[in-house]
Amino acid sequence: MRLWLRTRQTSLAFAILVLTGCAAAPSRIDPFEPWNRAMFEVNEVVDGHFVKPVAEGYVKFVPEPIRTGIANFFGNIDDLFIGINNVLQGNGNRAGDDFGRVLLNTTFGLGGILDLASMMGIEKHNQDFGITFGKWGIEPGPYLFIPLFGPTTVRDGTGTLIRYYLGPITYIVNDVPVRNILYGVGYLNLRAQALEAESVVSTAAIDKYTFIRNAYLRARRYQVYEGKPPPEENDEGQ
Amino acid sequence: MTRTVACALLLLALLTPPALAQEAPDAMVKRVAEDVLATIRADKDIQAGNQGKIRQVMESKLVPNFDFPRMTALAMGRNWRSATPEQQKQLTDQFRSLLVRTYSGALANYRDNTMEYKPLRMNPGDTEVVVRTEVKRAGQAPVQIDYSMEKVGDGWKAYDVVVAGVSLVTTYRDEFNDAVKTSGVDGLIKTLESKNRGPATAPTAAK
Repeated sequence: MRLWLRTRQTSLAFAILVLTGCAAAPSRIDPFEPWNRAMFEVNEVVDGHFVKPVAEGYVKFVPEPIRTGIANFFGNIDDLFIGINNVLQGNGNRAGDDFGRVLLNTTFGLGGILDLASMMGIEKHNQDFGITFGKWGIEPGPYLFIPLFGPTTVRDGTGTLIRYYLGPITYIVNDVPVRNILYGVGYLNLRAQALEAESVVSTAAIDKYTFIRNAYLRARRYQVYEGKPPPEENDEGQ
Repeated sequence: MTRTVACALLLLALLTPPALAQEAPDAMVKRVAEDVLATIRADKDIQAGNQGKIRQVMESKLVPNFDFPRMTALAMGRNWRSATPEQQKQLTDQFRSLLVRTYSGALANYRDNTMEYKPLRMNPGDTEVVVRTEVKRAGQAPVQIDYSMEKVGDGWKAYDVVVAGVSLVTTYRDEFNDAVKTSGVDGLIKTLESKNRGPATAPTAAK
């Protein structure tokens, strides 16, 4: 299904790219800006017409406790990878919390549907492979905007691919239709969580594309440097 | 997910700042934030997204604690000096409206949050401090929100908000810089005016 969508988007993107021409001048952080902007526009159309309405319907019609359970279920899987990344970064104590959360929520939390660990004060962390690579000294590389996925960089996107390649839904659930439904619900969950932020950005941004890009890149930098990023080279703007 | 992280946090912010005599900046942040949170939690209309009421809370409780002229000057960067006093005034008014609109759209969703206030590092006589806070939401990693504050008379005012490492002022500096480059200061003012005139993006009642 992903692939099918991807192919359709790509041809649409080409069309738009040709129609609009490459207006913006590329920069060091965003060398593919014309392409990315085209992708961004593709996303505005595809997401706006198909995905967003479904996500809005999900928020409107599915009761909050069920949505919370779904968010917790996928959050529990995330915790596993947050723990793995804390190990890769040498944060033993934090990894202990993360794996503790997974154990507790998977067993007593009914497979992750209840976030008992949070109620008990074991705090959720924020980690992924992209941050780990960053801490290992790997530069983010060019910025990318991927339709139906959002902002990323070569480094962070690679991390995300690794994350989803590792599963574990792929390995645990053998039934293909069930697995696809799980993927679909997981995606819907993420998209629904982004609705609020998106409406804020739409109101706030003069140029939504650069607004999202710059906020994304700075937030990632902040995570890699654990809240103490060195000053930006070009803080006063060009 | 990336999209959520990058943006949600960015604007979770203006939940704060100051106004009493000789009140420490962190105490002031805490007082205002808790006051606003209590107001939201107690008001069903606000939770339902009543923009009029939300705007009222913003104007009475939050806006007086921000130094909008300084925020605008910082966001304009070196373009500030090339603007005439009249343009500076227009920019400040428009930027203020834009921020109030933006936060009005999001404020209704904050009732489930709790705030934690980090110990303040401040020397006696400091006139600029950073007040560090953390917003906790059920089932999610906490979000750092830092307020850059300056001493104004007896009290303190905020001139920047940094959410998960994303500074409001710096983000707008990029936006303003690009706009000035393509259409000049007047072009930027026009853009802000038309944004402020347009319909506010309806807040999605998530959570």
